[in-house]
Amino acid sequence: MEAVHDHSHDHHVPTGIMRYVTTTNHKDIGSMYLWFSFAMFLVGGVMALVIRAELFQPGLQVVEPEFFNQMTTLHGLIMVFGAIMPAFVGFANWQIPMMIGAPDMAFPRMNNWSFWLLPPAGILLMGSLLAPGGAGGVGWTMYAPLTIQQGMGMDMMIFAIHILGMSSIMGSINIITTILNMRAPGMTMMKMPLFVWTWLITAYLLVASMPVLAGAVTMTLTDRHFGTHFFNAAGGGDPVLYQHIFWFFGHPEVYIIAIPAFGVISEVIPTFSRKPLFGYPSMVYATASIAILSFLVWAHHMYTVGMPVEAQLYYMFATMLIAIPTGVKVFNWVATMWKGSMSFETPMLFAQGFLFLFTIGGFTGLVLAVTPIDIQLHDTYYVVAHFHYVMVAGALFAAFAGVYYWLPKWIGKMYDERLGKIHFWLSLIFFNITFFVQHFLGLAGMPRRIPDYALQFADWNMVSSIGAFGFGLSQVFFLYILLKAIRSGEKAPEQPWDGATTLEWTHLPTPAPYHSFETPPDLRN
Amino acid sequence: MKSSFGLRALGIIMAFLPTMATAEWNLNFTPSVTLLGEEIHAIHNLVMWIIVGISIVVFGAMFWSILKHRKSVGHKASNFHENTTIEIIWTVIPVVILIAMAFPATRLLLATRDSSASDMTIKATGYQWRWGYEYLDEGLKFYSTLATPRDQIDGGAEKEETYLLEVDNKVVVPVGKKVRILTTSNDVIHAWSVPGLAVKQDAIPGFIRDIAFKAETIGTYRGQCYELCGKEHGFMPIVVEVVSEEDYQTWMQAKLAESGAPSFDPDKEYAVAELVAAGEQVYNANCIACHQEGGLGMPPTFPAIKGGKIATGSMEGHLDIILNGSDKNPMMAAWGPILSDYDIAAVIAYQRNEINSSGDIIQPSEISAARAD
Repeated sequence: MEAVHDHSHDHHVPTGIMRYVTTTNHKDIGSMYLWFSFAMFLVGGVMALVIRAELFQPGLQVVEPEFFNQMTTLHGLIMVFGAIMPAFVGFANWQIPMMIGAPDMAFPRMNNWSFWLLPPAGILLMGSLLAPGGAGGVGWTMYAPLTIQQGMGMDMMIFAIHILGMSSIMGSINIITTILNMRAPGMTMMKMPLFVWTWLITAYLLVASMPVLAGAVTMTLTDRHFGTHFFNAAGGGDPVLYQHIFWFFGHPEVYIIAIPAFGVISEVIPTFSRKPLFGYPSMVYATASIAILSFLVWAHHMYTVGMPVEAQLYYMFATMLIAIPTGVKVFNWVATMWKGSMSFETPMLFAQGFLFLFTIGGFTGLVLAVTPIDIQLHDTYYVVAHFHYVMVAGALFAAFAGVYYWLPKWIGKMYDERLGKIHFWLSLIFFNITFFVQHFLGLAGMPRRIPDYALQFADWNMVSSIGAFGFGLSQVFFLYILLKAIRSGEKAPEQPWDGATTLEWTHLPTPAPYHSFETPPDLRN
Repeated sequence: MKSSFGLRALGIIMAFLPTMATAEWNLNFTPSVTLLGEEIHAIHNLVMWIIVGISIVVFGAMFWSILKHRKSVGHKASNFHENTTIEIIWTVIPVVILIAMAFPATRLLLATRDSSASDMTIKATGYQWRWGYEYLDEGLKFYSTLATPRDQIDGGAEKEETYLLEVDNKVVVPVGKKVRILTTSNDVIHAWSVPGLAVKQDAIPGFIRDIAFKAETIGTYRGQCYELCGKEHGFMPIVVEVVSEEDYQTWMQAKLAESGAPSFDPDKEYAVAELVAAGEQVYNANCIACHQEGGLGMPPTFPAIKGGKIATGSMEGHLDIILNGSDKNPMMAAWGPILSDYDIAAVIAYQRNEINSSGDIIQPSEISAARAD
């Protein structure tokens, strides 16, 4: 019977490219998400290097100002929507079913569709460069009314965002349904791994905030083509309204990126400290409060629009509040390490890099929370430095930690530990060369999004550009490490990390079988 | 091989010397010449010290544990995973620190936003890509455009010390007076900011916002546009010259006399060569950023003037688009309010006779007549 069953099963699984086009398997879809995001990461990275090459020296050497603006715009959009968000959805697809003892995601066909929406969106984003007039040179924030002046590339970017938004919302509905309905018996909410909790919270953030962004860009579209005046003061609208709507999405978006990263770190640190996560309930509550607060602080991105001083005061106090749950998380991670028995394999190194640099990003966030200081630093490189500490050293380092951590489970082979460590140290050093000095540029007053700058900014810009190229090359090295592991990595032991306690390590073989937990594990005792 | 590598390295270093000579390696805010600016720097220093304190505790614990609680030194893992007392402590302490920060921050924010009881008011209007200023009490109006020559930007000439921070018409204000700046915009959002004066305010089309400063020291303070406003966002600086009260009055009288004078002699018939020569200056200052050297443009957003339908077509159409802007392409601004009659006549002459060869010109007096219609 068993053999017959297997035979008929194989018969229905297409091979080659069709396997991936038609797949409904969470592991295939997770892998596609991860590869897609890595490809986008490299594309966005090349754009960053175009920016840094132009800024290497004062004067216009490499690109025209218009193209420079298109690069800053697409770099932002591609990194946020194409690289970081899909990367963590990839982790969610691979890990959530395995960590809660479910056979797959709740809606496998919708899962396939949410992934396959991404490539057309990516093509629209990149293809906008080829449109007459090029892509929109408006910054990833796409402030009106500058968006009205753009060519057709702007419309392509708007449609790309619509599609990405649909993908995110479908992915989130899938994740919420899976987590709420498909946990193994005995896996109560407060026993879920923290990674699962963070994704549950993130998915709610996505469902609540992506439609707001879709609304903002749709209004931009109708202002552009259909004679509406949402953001045109001459027609009774208000350009600042756009900023309010955008940041009502934009601030939760920051946490959409950061919270799954917290989840990965909350798995990696306990594993390599060989000690349970400190303060699990407070981690859950802290994450939830960060998520709720994230909807209440949006206008701290726009202190210079001239809002009433009372509003500025409210946003300053609300923003400061975020420091409390964020602090709790950092303290909990340090307390998890405290009196542990730590070892420093590559995932743990990246987790430590995350902890150190994300905390620095949190500190500069505290500086920016103080409104009179923020107004001085608004739209300067200080802000650029701040959010790259959170996005790159935060989210990206967490993603690296996650890849190195779960790779043995995914492919059944080990990466080269020595090369992984080199990748970490190169990333850490070049990241800081690139971005730490940007704090100085911002304090000295260098505006963001300028292709050329006054001579007083020359020194740190040159340092930053050197760091950026080093960082970029380090990520090509990461691709080599991955390919080497996949092609010729050593066979992974059943349990490569002796401190791991979650279901994918304790209840599944390595590598994880194509179909896992067809009958749920019973965790009731 | 070795020597050629050495030479090449030396060459690379030499190439950077001009920038090294102006090395600043700034680590902190630009020194401020307003009292509020100094207070902002002081509160920034306070926050930085708080951060240093928290860092010592958090990173101290982190690195202590990295060094001591590692498997390789034989440390055995404890199994604790909660402690209500310590969790309450590390929630309450940040609350106390934040409250301590909030008091001075609130006081300072209220002070910086107070633009009442100002001694004078200047309206700053953002244009793509220049600033227009209007001294509301005296009725003085002028435009302030980047004065750094193009060849310095393109690398053909050595960059001056005030590279990209030099304008043709500076804002001049008296020392020790509270100056209120009203900001607005003619097209997209810009931001008016001078770090040395510790002010930054968005300039939003259709709305007027305000900000105030009181400079305590005579000197020249330079700023830029801080909100992405399109292609030349990096090329619309702000220069504020703070002078003594007497110097300010002298400057104001001279400026008023200059702005009252007509830009041309209405009785004179201007020759083609004269207008073309003047038009080249106007073109290089105002048109070249989009329409490029020789009028080649960057189609489709910035159409070519060379061989273009408008610049080779009827004089009425040509004058109309320069005076009133384009209905079809929002990137083409209305230059009527910005350029003088003489400048418009000159730039039309340059476009029709130097870039193209239509051979016709329009006299400045005819522009005045066209405006009157």
